Amino acid sequence: MTEIIDILISASFWAAVLRIASPLIFATLGELICERAGVLNLGIEGIMVFGAFAGWMAVYAGFGLWPGVLVALLAGMAFGALHALLTVPFGLSQHVVGLGITMLATSSAYYAYRLALPEVTSPPRIDPFQPLHIPVLSDIPWLGQALFSQTALTWAAFGCAALVALVLYRTPLGLAVRAAGENPQAVEAQGLSVAAIRMGAVIVGSGLMAVGGAFLTMSAFSSFFFEMVNGRGWICIALVVFGAWKPGKALLGALLFAGFDALQIRLQQTPMGQLVPYQVFLMIPYVLSILALILMSRRAEVPAALMTPFNRGER
Amino acid sequence: MAIDNMAGMLTRRGLLKRTGGLAALASTGLAGKLMAQEPISVAGIYTVPVEQQWVSRIHVAAEAAKAAGLISYTYSENTANTDYPRVMREYAESGAQLIIGEIFGVEQEAREVVLDYPDTAFLMGSSFMPDEAYPNLGVFDNYIQDASYLSGIIAGAMSESGNIGMVGGFPIPEVNRLMHAFMAGVKEIKPEATFQVSFIGSWFDPPKAKETAFAMIESGADMLYAERFGVSDAAQEKGVLAIGNVIDTQADYPETVVASALWDFGPTLAAALAKVSDGSFSAENYGIYSFMKEGGCSLAPLGTFEGKVPQEALDMVAAKEAAIKDGSFTVEINDEEPTSS
Repeated sequence: MTEIIDILISASFWAAVLRIASPLIFATLGELICERAGVLNLGIEGIMVFGAFAGWMAVYAGFGLWPGVLVALLAGMAFGALHALLTVPFGLSQHVVGLGITMLATSSAYYAYRLALPEVTSPPRIDPFQPLHIPVLSDIPWLGQALFSQTALTWAAFGCAALVALVLYRTPLGLAVRAAGENPQAVEAQGLSVAAIRMGAVIVGSGLMAVGGAFLTMSAFSSFFFEMVNGRGWICIALVVFGAWKPGKALLGALLFAGFDALQIRLQQTPMGQLVPYQVFLMIPYVLSILALILMSRRAEVPAALMTPFNRGER
Repeated sequence: MAIDNMAGMLTRRGLLKRTGGLAALASTGLAGKLMAQEPISVAGIYTVPVEQQWVSRIHVAAEAAKAAGLISYTYSENTANTDYPRVMREYAESGAQLIIGEIFGVEQEAREVVLDYPDTAFLMGSSFMPDEAYPNLGVFDNYIQDASYLSGIIAGAMSESGNIGMVGGFPIPEVNRLMHAFMAGVKEIKPEATFQVSFIGSWFDPPKAKETAFAMIESGADMLYAERFGVSDAAQEKGVLAIGNVIDTQADYPETVVASALWDFGPTLAAALAKVSDGSFSAENYGIYSFMKEGGCSLAPLGTFEGKVPQEALDMVAAKEAAIKDGSFTVEINDEEPTSS
């Protein structure tokens, strides 16, 4: 027990939590926007892979870090546009389209990678985002190391969460997006285009997913590997449910999951690590997340029109 | 030739095999002697891209053999395990004489495939020993424990705290045996050393490997065994040292990676090619060609760390290396899952 407390009061633990959470925050927000507008986007895993590839490749090609993030965002939006086209105007199964997009995006990343780098011995490395030193704040004992030793992209993740919450709940646009997921007929009656709102939401959401992927290659690490997204996209889908489709709670969920992960990594080094098989530790974040999901989702309000295609004039 | 087919029904696969068999018969019967100096046709099937460190060693050795005119070489990378048996069949049907790859994830299915192509030699990375029931399946793995052991001696000498972190993917025999050999090497020079061992449950999650390495450095490790990508990055960022595995990564981390245990697949491939060309390829364990005395593994040059490693350690490395090569010393092969100490 004392080991767990020791871990929880160490500044490096909290720094790790923020690092691990960052890609999840971006992608969870992206998925949340899609689902609030009524579209389940299972393309998330593949779009993250492509974002990880595109952002890294852009930097490797000499574009610089922020332009690289923009490239990832645009690449994600392109896959989002395809997803939106198939699910919104065509009204195809969102499950099938989403999984198809995941496969397409993953394979495209691989194809583009091989075209760009036909013969390399190991994937080239880029100079990734470095932790920002913020005057005064970074120098506060403990707190400075725990909270203020992050890269700009982590700060952008938290900024994004605030922005998404603001837009969803404080602007007419946000109201329209939420209404498109709850009661598209009402949106239609207002003279707004449900299709345009939903497609826009899917495109923007997919862009954020890709930035989440890009965090892995541009901040958490400095190189691209095909399997490095490693299921993080699927976790984000669960985090949206955990967050009851609300940005604040989803942010909390991402932090909680990251916290469990950072904790299990450290628990493996304690005397407990010699008694318990390592697989149990690796399971901890998932098991605890499932438990939290059960507790949190009991009163969750699922967007009423989620996964229901909308056809104008149809009752 | 393909006796198991005689009773087979007229299926598409059976027909393909029989016609393929005829072609093979014609070529061995008529042109066999003339073609003896022709390059051996080799096909590689890999479940990951050829950049992956383990597979890259096979790919590089095959490319070298191709450049030397010994083989013709074609390969499929990133082949899903579910697709693996199909790709094996495709290469066997298309006349590859030697098929190399890795069947860690398809051990049983691959063994079923090799029985259908008795005239094709299969040299596969596998967790199991050779079996006479599959006479055309030779197995190998990177038995580079000799080099890992030597790299451990250097790690022990360079670590001040004697606290060494090891991040692995999964505790499979290949990983375990190299970790044990490395630890044995460390203990030669620092008997009181302690080890932190973690597995991340993934082969390709550098961010996670990096986080795990960070946690080890926080708990006092000043030397990391970089079994996975991401570990050396954490060491570099925090200013501690690392030891590489399978490939030499010092060029990327000049101030961090002290030494690396290198695997050379060349001797393994050369042994297999010799046996394919004289027709004696059989169910053998080709893992022994990765041993140091066969030239299958070595310690990478110290490079940027030249002159920084204590002479006492270098002397010990030289003595042990000589003993390993002349057979008077054998590094223990221990495939059990290592634990922290």
